[in-house]
Amino acid sequence: MIDTRPTVTAAAGEPPRDIKIRTRDVSVFYDDKQALKDVSLDMADRAVTALIGPSGCGKSTFLRCLNRMNDTIQGARVEGVIELDGENVNARSVDPVALRARVGMVFQRPNPFPKSIFENVAYGPRIHGLTRSKAELAEVVEQALRRAGLWDEVADRLDQSGSSLSGGQQQRLVIARAIAVDPEVILMDEPCSALDPIATAKIEELIDELRQQYCIVIVTHSMAQAARVSQRTAFFHMGQIVEIGRTDELFTNPKEQRTLDYITGRFG
Amino acid sequence: MMDTTNTHTVRAYGDELNQITADIARMGGLAEAQIADAIEAVSRRDAALAQGVIARDVRLDELQREIERKVIRLIALRQPVATDLRRAVAAMKIANDLERTGDLARSIAKRSLSLADAEPLAPLTRSIERMGKLVAKRMKAVLDAYTTAEVAGALDVWSHDDDVDEHYNALFRELLTYMMADPRTITSCAHLLFMAKNLERIGDHATNIAEMIHYEVTGDELDTARPRQSASDADLEPKEPT
Repeated sequence: MIDTRPTVTAAAGEPPRDIKIRTRDVSVFYDDKQALKDVSLDMADRAVTALIGPSGCGKSTFLRCLNRMNDTIQGARVEGVIELDGENVNARSVDPVALRARVGMVFQRPNPFPKSIFENVAYGPRIHGLTRSKAELAEVVEQALRRAGLWDEVADRLDQSGSSLSGGQQQRLVIARAIAVDPEVILMDEPCSALDPIATAKIEELIDELRQQYCIVIVTHSMAQAARVSQRTAFFHMGQIVEIGRTDELFTNPKEQRTLDYITGRFG
Repeated sequence: MMDTTNTHTVRAYGDELNQITADIARMGGLAEAQIADAIEAVSRRDAALAQGVIARDVRLDELQREIERKVIRLIALRQPVATDLRRAVAAMKIANDLERTGDLARSIAKRSLSLADAEPLAPLTRSIERMGKLVAKRMKAVLDAYTTAEVAGALDVWSHDDDVDEHYNALFRELLTYMMADPRTITSCAHLLFMAKNLERIGDHATNIAEMIHYEVTGDELDTARPRQSASDADLEPKEPT
């Protein structure tokens, strides 16, 4: 087993980015089973970090640590340091609901609420009390839908059910819902695995736009997608990080044998 | 260095890559033979051998196009990354160098036909032969390094192209002396000068191939600011006889 703990360091020719999320020695146990072992990873602000690796490697488990989604799983135990802007997210004083407003999440299958398109997006700002008037709420909803690249397609049917949209539109609706509460980090767990190539391209274009403003962490099984959307890629295997590096370097010249075997399709 | 002997989960993918490497090796063997035959055609004044070199060049062109097609197909269908991507890209570029090498060998063979009709210039022909053998040796060494994927061999070729340049510069001076001494030799000397230039450029292709091998195996580009002593423009200025 390797004992190096790769972290984000500015490579030559790369402008240093602010660290948004910093993790050190994060381990996760589901009852007795250890799913994640000593993961230390820095995720930069205004950049996309991709997590790749075979099924069961711990990448989704790691993602779920970042906004304390593992809290909701019985028997799950998280150890180590996870800091958002230097603040321990697992501290007693941190309200997980408030944390999840700062660290939004988009899942594999679009999961719109069984409500209208408008209400899907308005839900977050409303429960977090982010708006003071109806007009302001409508404005926030429109902005979120615009940023998610969905406004033009749904502007004239905001009262229709969210589930009446196509899969790709639903996924963008869910992204609009996530950004409506003005988060700082967006976590994406295989956001395109249920989408066709065109809907996927639209989401990837959206990710590229959103990264101007957010720290984005994306788990994907598609290595081509990781290569297309991310600036840094971390390769997970058997609950550990094997390699972390600039995406272009990792895909042309990986440093670790296991990374090479995985990305070139040689894994046994 | 990374171990790339593990096989792809999709076996056909590995087979396709191996096929491309084998094609390069075949092309390399052919290019080597073309250089050797072209030089021999010059030194033995063998017109039939020269005609053979000229005729066989199309085979190198075909192989180059074939390799290019295979690599493009592989990139489109398999989306190679890392070592596989570097191997595919290196193959395409090496094929290009070998095709150009073939063109230069053909050009030498063509000029040898003109030389064969003129008065022999034995000492000059021997100089061309020596330079040709040196270049052929470099090409062989670099192709061996390719088939064994040995960076050390490639680096050795890469760092020793001064020898070829020295030969070229010496031959250049020798030719000038002959032309000044006896203007009737100018036509032959001009052909020999172009041959020397062609050989020097074959040497450069060997250097390019060495760089591609280094990139394929290590993923790093060789520093292009390699100290080299080529025939600079200054050397090509006619000089006053001393």
